[in-house]
Amino acid sequence: MTFQEITDIIAGQFPEYAITAETKNPQPALVVPAQGIAFVCRFLHEDERLYFDYLACITAIDNGTAADTMELIYNLTSIPYGLNLTLKTVFPRNTAETVLPSVPTVSHIWRTADWHEREAFDLMGITFEGHPDLRRILLPEDWEGHPLRKDYDAQERYHGIYVRYEDGKELEPSTNPDRA
Amino acid sequence: MSERIKTGDGGIILTNAEDLMNWARLSSLWPMGFGLACCAIEMMATYAANYDLERFGIMPRPSPRQSDVMIVAGTVTFKMADRIRRLYEQMPEPRYVISMGSCSNCGGPYWEHGYHVVKGVDRIIPVDVYVPGCPPRPEALIGGFMKLQEKIRGKQEPVPGLFLEMEAAGAQAVLS
Repeated sequence: MTFQEITDIIAGQFPEYAITAETKNPQPALVVPAQGIAFVCRFLHEDERLYFDYLACITAIDNGTAADTMELIYNLTSIPYGLNLTLKTVFPRNTAETVLPSVPTVSHIWRTADWHEREAFDLMGITFEGHPDLRRILLPEDWEGHPLRKDYDAQERYHGIYVRYEDGKELEPSTNPDRA
Repeated sequence: MSERIKTGDGGIILTNAEDLMNWARLSSLWPMGFGLACCAIEMMATYAANYDLERFGIMPRPSPRQSDVMIVAGTVTFKMADRIRRLYEQMPEPRYVISMGSCSNCGGPYWEHGYHVVKGVDRIIPVDVYVPGCPPRPEALIGGFMKLQEKIRGKQEPVPGLFLEMEAAGAQAVLS
């Protein structure tokens, strides 16, 4: 089955989500709105023509404050049919004052999503609605902030230890446009 | 070397208690058996047959309570820092620390952008010997141990306060 055929099946099944195909890159992707991701994934997992039974990876991307968006990319594999599919969802970023962006969880469909989503939450600050156990997975529980964000600045001290190499000195103003 | 015939008669070595204690300490440095990153692989190679740290009386111990020296072999993350401090506190005195490799010396390649790395293990515990390298070869680690042995050999441990108090109490008893 080709990517186009999968796209037709999904677009026919979910006309309300205005699903588009992104084909200009070597790896084509389906762009799904964030609120529909769980329903589309459930269908991809259960439909007899597709049967995407394996979630290989969830990638989170921060596009920075200029674009003001974040992305999640889901790499799916159908082992019985030998198919691969990339799903993409783009949603607005939050600022320091507003709450973290939220995307429906897919951990009830693929158990492996549990830890992938915890990692995306830990390092990128994306929350997953309906996740059973959304805690930090790598960093200590009392860490401040989400380090892989473009506008992240490390805290000055952690448990009394200076975080930066130049301990105690003031931070020089950054030239990074995302931190302005 | 002159030939020495073993007769079975007892010999005499004159020394003082401090030198004897120092000799005993430096001849059986037992490190705590733990590693943090790729430096630990070199450390394990140093323990193993090719380099054989056991010939220096160095063998890893599974508990901080039985160990004399801590080899901080690898990247110290902030999450690990509390644990390292705790393990160090559990070691009986006199205790020594060898910082092995660039990461634990000063943060190594993570010094600028590694938000998660402690920029030198000497920010959390006192370090006796720094072994440079990324990772250091087994010879370098052995060199670090030699340096530590030198350091212990020249050490004049102060008399524990308890003994001083006992001595003072004894002198008081004689006087009265």
